[in-house]
Amino acid sequence: MKSILLSLAVGIVFGVGLLLSGMTQPAKVVNFLDVLGDWDPSLGFVMGGAIAVHFLAYRLVPRLAKPAWAERWALPTRRDIDIRLLVGAVLFGAGWGLGGYCPGPALTSVVAGASSTLIFTGSMLAGMWGFSVWEAARVAR
Amino acid sequence: MSPEFTPVLSTLGGALIGASASAMLLLEGRVAGISGIVGGLFTPKAGDIGWRLAFLGGLVLAGVGATVLSPASLAVEVVRAPWMLVVAGLFVGVGTRLGNGCTSGHGVCGLSRMSPRSLASVVTFMAVGAVVAVAVGQLTGGAS
Repeated sequence: MKSILLSLAVGIVFGVGLLLSGMTQPAKVVNFLDVLGDWDPSLGFVMGGAIAVHFLAYRLVPRLAKPAWAERWALPTRRDIDIRLLVGAVLFGAGWGLGGYCPGPALTSVVAGASSTLIFTGSMLAGMWGFSVWEAARVAR
Repeated sequence: MSPEFTPVLSTLGGALIGASASAMLLLEGRVAGISGIVGGLFTPKAGDIGWRLAFLGGLVLAGVGATVLSPASLAVEVVRAPWMLVVAGLFVGVGTRLGNGCTSGHGVCGLSRMSPRSLASVVTFMAVGAVVAVAVGQLTGGAS
């Protein structure tokens, strides 16, 4: 229960950060990526602010023996750059540039009920689900 | 440059995102990568569902608050045909799972961790995102 309430609180802070930063406005995202259009560099500041804080946390926190409220670390360890990583990033970048939403902002925005947000988010979740089905079938072969 | 430029709010919002990711790291020892958190729901393991749903519920709750306090922060203002939104959503969904992360997991968390994998991902998705946004902007005459 403790972990559930914590996760909820951490999710709320993340969502408020997305809302303040402008990531939940696809026009701002598209205007950041479209460097030949009405360029809006704001989203560079989002990444800068987030990394400034989290970079420090990453220098300090993993020195602890274990996380405060969990038994062990569950952090990524892979460092290799493979074809799946790059193809995935190409697909993600294309969808982000086209729709103006990445996954977090899409989920935060869905309650506003705009039809374009609903279509994008539904399609995104279907894509994630479809990938899991494909991956499970591939591993089983 | 766009008149919508918001360096202060965007930096503050970014700092909150970084603080949330740092809380996740300190408290749970996990990476706050949204696509990974959602993706884990499609390959459910016992005891690994509740925290995911709670975190995503927090994201949605923040959105609920915004519909009351700041509807402008949820403005869409990008005109795309429905088929384009379907394609964009599928690409984001499949791409983030295939590539193990998105703007949060590879961007915020991975770059903070100085992961070469994440750097390769971020450079790639930023470059492709820019190419697509520029191409669509040239074809349609801008975002709105």
